[in-house]
Amino acid sequence: MLNYTLRRLAFAVPTLLVISFIIFALLDLAPNDPTGNLPLTIPPEVREEIRRSLGLGEAFPIRYLKWLQQFMVNEPLNLIERILGIEIGNSAERLRVRSWVTRSPVVDLVVERLPQTLLVVGMGYVAGILIALPIGVVSAYRQYSWFDQIGTFVSMVGFSVPTFFTGVLLIVIFSVHLGWFPSIYDTMHQVTHLPSFWVQVRQMVLPVAVLGLYNAAQLSRFVRASMLDNLGQDYVRTARAKGMRERVVLFIHVLRNSLVPVVTVIALGIPTVFSGAIITEQIFRVNGLGQLLITAIQGADIPLVQTLTFIFAVLIVFFNLIADLLYGMLDPRIRYE
Amino acid sequence: MSEATEAYPAAAADPAKAERGQRSLWGDVWRQFRRHRGGMAGAILFLAIVLAVFVGPSLHDVDSQALNVREKNQGVSLLHPMGTDNLGRDMLARILAGGRISLAVGVTAMLLSLFVGSVVGVLAGFVRWLEGPLLRLTDLFLALPLLPLLLVTIMLFRDTLRAMLGPETGIFLLIVFVIGITSWMQTARVVRGAVLSVKEQDFVLAARAIGTRERRIVTRHILPNVLSPIMVSATLGIATAIITESALSFLGLGFPSDFPTWGRLLYDGVNYVQINPSRVIWPGLAISLTVLSINYVGDALRDALDPRLRGR
Amino acid sequence: MKRLIAILAQAATIAVVSAGAAHADRGSDGHLNILYWQAVSILNPFLSGGNKDVHGASLVIEPLASYDEAGNIVPALAAEIPTPANGGVAKDLKSITWKIKPDLKWSDGTPFTAHDVVFTAQYCMHPDGGCQQAAKFTDVEKVEAVDDLTVKVTFSVTKPFPYGPFVGSESPIIQKAQFQGCLGPKAPECTEQNFHPIGTGPFAVTEFRANDVVSLKANPQYRDPAKPAFATVTLKGGGDAASAARAVLETGEFDYAWSLLVEPEILEQMVAAGRGTLATAFGPSVEYIEVNLSDPSPAKGALRSTREGGPHPFLTDPAVRRALSMAIDRQAIVEVGYGPAGKPTCNLLSAPEIYASTANDWCLKQDIDGANRLLDEAGWVRGSDGVRAKDGVRLSLLYQTATNSVRQGTQALVKDMWSQIGMETELRNVDAAVFFGGDPGSPDTAHKFYADVQMYTNNFPGTDPERYLSYWHCDEIPTPANNWLGNNMQRFCSDEYDALVAEMAQTADLAARAETAKRMNDVLVGQGIIIPLVHRGSMSAHSLTLEGVRMNAWDSELWNAADWTRRK
Repeated sequence: MLNYTLRRLAFAVPTLLVISFIIFALLDLAPNDPTGNLPLTIPPEVREEIRRSLGLGEAFPIRYLKWLQQFMVNEPLNLIERILGIEIGNSAERLRVRSWVTRSPVVDLVVERLPQTLLVVGMGYVAGILIALPIGVVSAYRQYSWFDQIGTFVSMVGFSVPTFFTGVLLIVIFSVHLGWFPSIYDTMHQVTHLPSFWVQVRQMVLPVAVLGLYNAAQLSRFVRASMLDNLGQDYVRTARAKGMRERVVLFIHVLRNSLVPVVTVIALGIPTVFSGAIITEQIFRVNGLGQLLITAIQGADIPLVQTLTFIFAVLIVFFNLIADLLYGMLDPRIRYE
Repeated sequence: MSEATEAYPAAAADPAKAERGQRSLWGDVWRQFRRHRGGMAGAILFLAIVLAVFVGPSLHDVDSQALNVREKNQGVSLLHPMGTDNLGRDMLARILAGGRISLAVGVTAMLLSLFVGSVVGVLAGFVRWLEGPLLRLTDLFLALPLLPLLLVTIMLFRDTLRAMLGPETGIFLLIVFVIGITSWMQTARVVRGAVLSVKEQDFVLAARAIGTRERRIVTRHILPNVLSPIMVSATLGIATAIITESALSFLGLGFPSDFPTWGRLLYDGVNYVQINPSRVIWPGLAISLTVLSINYVGDALRDALDPRLRGR
Repeated sequence: MKRLIAILAQAATIAVVSAGAAHADRGSDGHLNILYWQAVSILNPFLSGGNKDVHGASLVIEPLASYDEAGNIVPALAAEIPTPANGGVAKDLKSITWKIKPDLKWSDGTPFTAHDVVFTAQYCMHPDGGCQQAAKFTDVEKVEAVDDLTVKVTFSVTKPFPYGPFVGSESPIIQKAQFQGCLGPKAPECTEQNFHPIGTGPFAVTEFRANDVVSLKANPQYRDPAKPAFATVTLKGGGDAASAARAVLETGEFDYAWSLLVEPEILEQMVAAGRGTLATAFGPSVEYIEVNLSDPSPAKGALRSTREGGPHPFLTDPAVRRALSMAIDRQAIVEVGYGPAGKPTCNLLSAPEIYASTANDWCLKQDIDGANRLLDEAGWVRGSDGVRAKDGVRLSLLYQTATNSVRQGTQALVKDMWSQIGMETELRNVDAAVFFGGDPGSPDTAHKFYADVQMYTNNFPGTDPERYLSYWHCDEIPTPANNWLGNNMQRFCSDEYDALVAEMAQTADLAARAETAKRMNDVLVGQGIIIPLVHRGSMSAHSLTLEGVRMNAWDSELWNAADWTRRK
């Protein structure tokens, strides 16, 4: 197992390098342009100057290597300096990965955005899991009962109706007509005492609800399917025949085994918590990593898109590994050599 | 002796099961499927939707693109059973026309993504030396930013396809390809996981012990047993495909903007939710019912293909 | 629609009445919430020319003079506007001398001097800085401080309109002491300065989060001790236009929302909630369709959409272009897509008033029969499929535009109108960052124009259209040789027009300039090179409790935020 983990980790490095190169090539090839969103009053010759000052005049491999050096060497050094409070070499001269639109270091932007994304999107994910598990278990155990039928219908609607619609619908109902919750998330809000904590809870309710329902709809289908598979297995019959109580059969035997694939699905979904929920963040103006990514893509802010997608790629590779290891640990039949 | 029994040689000794051997596997599946009430209801509903969008336009003979600004944002009437949109176009005609495109895109893209995902997943789980490369490939596709990928695809292929196949077929192929190729990763991961656990089970070992060829083990033993995660992916996949199509057409990658599709109708209708709720209810319902019907068909299919349940 | 106009009129009266009310103290009106659905990325307009960034920065840093809501130049940091009459503009029209108001202070308490102005020019004119407002400094030879309160700008050519540098919120003054180390290639690295510029404006930045939110407080050094009335401001960004309108008009969470290009019935229904109102202002923006005079057929290969590739198979026929314009019902387009934020127009130059021609007003009335007759006479005969053709050439158009729900609505309407005169139209919409971007590798840019007609909104900075009108000079045609840089998308080339461009550059008298501009407008529109559709206004929403908003299409919408007050 340890051997397997180490081998996977060793493979991850070249994989990530290849991924970073492909992403960079893709972004370079993409037809959108950093001056595309500027007003038309800015004439073409000035636009050409702007492109030149962004370094677009240089050859593709040089730009890629520069990014690689800035992101793989300079940024980690800066991070170490900041954490330890020491200076390594000439840190003022060290070039950082800078966004073309905000002109600020990309890593600072990411750090600024992390709290709201983790809080809102993360809570949405957790809420989704908490809703999905009981629904999935009961639906499978009482297959084709009323509960199952209604659960199926609701989760299908929940999955078919995209967040761009549910978000607006919730705003119209709960912000416009009832006035219970704000429709705009305040990223500057600080929780210092109980009333401000309630303000924070209130502003999180709608986005978390949208994301939670969407995630739950999806996940509960996996839980239900996995439970059904296990309920039909011989060991369940054996357990029942042995006279075990139904609760023990269900929760100890079936649920534990059913959770194996579910846990992988959950682990695989964690990187999407970081990449954010682009649409939901936009609708409620949570302005986290998802919103950062989408505005960067629209504005053809290549350094920012490149860095963000690369960070997501690292997370994806990492959590895929975690999922595989979990699989091996939870299911004794699977052996990794 | 039919294929169904060959896989279970022990069963041949049982006279009751030998008698079943006279029937074909798919006959069994169909019989089991018919007994599944939800599955039948789903199949009928799906066929009804398909029938409606293909035959409907000849009954409700209104051009989905004809506009009349004087009759914009109208509610339900005899002339416009689902009202009109903000350019005065008939919503029923648009839902019917949109359904043809959305269903075609949704089903084809889902099948493509399912096919790619299952093949990758089974190979990664079953063939040891392919596991590493295929998993890295999955990681790569998961990491690729979708939007720039779409912009590049459209830039490289749209004009070529438009010239070769005309604007509609060309774009259709492009959309199906793009959606299929960017949504198979989840299926692949889940299928691989299921394959890993199935392939160590006793009946696979047994099959291998009696010298069954690898390909047969996959098609006869592994695939039917990993069908349930595939079916879940299929249901979710068709919804994703329909919604993704709307995002594509909004980006200018999809069909021309005056071509209605369900996802696009829903997207355009969102801001009218207070003025004219029917603009979101009907497309939303159409997508949901399609997904629901496919889900039930998938459930029934899985039950019908499950050898443990089929015997009952 | 009528109700909306009535509400607007009512709001206008309220604004007029309240303008007289005087407020006593700085910061007495508490907090102001402004919502921009595109978030502010940076507070330095020289490094980002986007409207959102220019507007955000206009709360903090100011130019010498601004444009008011009527398009007049009014003093901001300058004591008065230099003119040839008061001697501020030299007789040879080659220099302009600005006098600065005395005793101005930056928000950090240091004095504001002419040296800051000179430094600002150096900053933007540095060849390696990538200054996005460089066009404002075109033909500037030198900028010098005559004394601490006098700045002289010298041009290398005669400038009949010398109000480019330091006028309008795109060209504000930045503090020399703060930006000294940020010249040229260093400019992008000065994150702290770009995010927290020290200014002379009514507000000062307290916290800046790029692409998210800006927090500001009243500037303690602001030149009018009674202003601004608001103590703190939040400028939040993100989302989309419709939900921004909702946050002001329906939920009342915000006081002001910018640029609401949303279908009119949606806004009308939101205004009915009674919390806010809409404000519009008309500037130079015109939504128009332009025709491609060169052949965009893919068969032309590298010569596609170039003059060398040959003329367009049918758009070079004046009758076809005329018919395209006659068939359009501009009133319907305005009603469906723009409401009070648009007016039907037949001119490229629809504002300022003195440049607006009346020669093309025939187009205001849709004339399907006339268009059909014109095409019949020109020999375009309807085929069995209803599409006209002549000599094997079918009137089949590819019509492209940027992605935006209102534009797609307009496209559908126009397609329908053109189908009535036997034209077949295929619609295409392209992501705005691609369409307006200059990537030479992309086939979908407005400059490459690989389509028959395309539609977008164009405008010009300030109130002088000289540079704008020179876009249609033969030399401005985008070609592969000049990397598709150029503004003459139509590939229009006429000696008559080029002569008018030269004449304009030599004319100093305003009335004579207006006359020339009208003639140029009439050439472009009369020949159907440009098919104007809608004179577009900017539209914003503000809460009924917010007073003093004077909607401005010539400068930043927040240009007079110092005068905004809360109704008690």
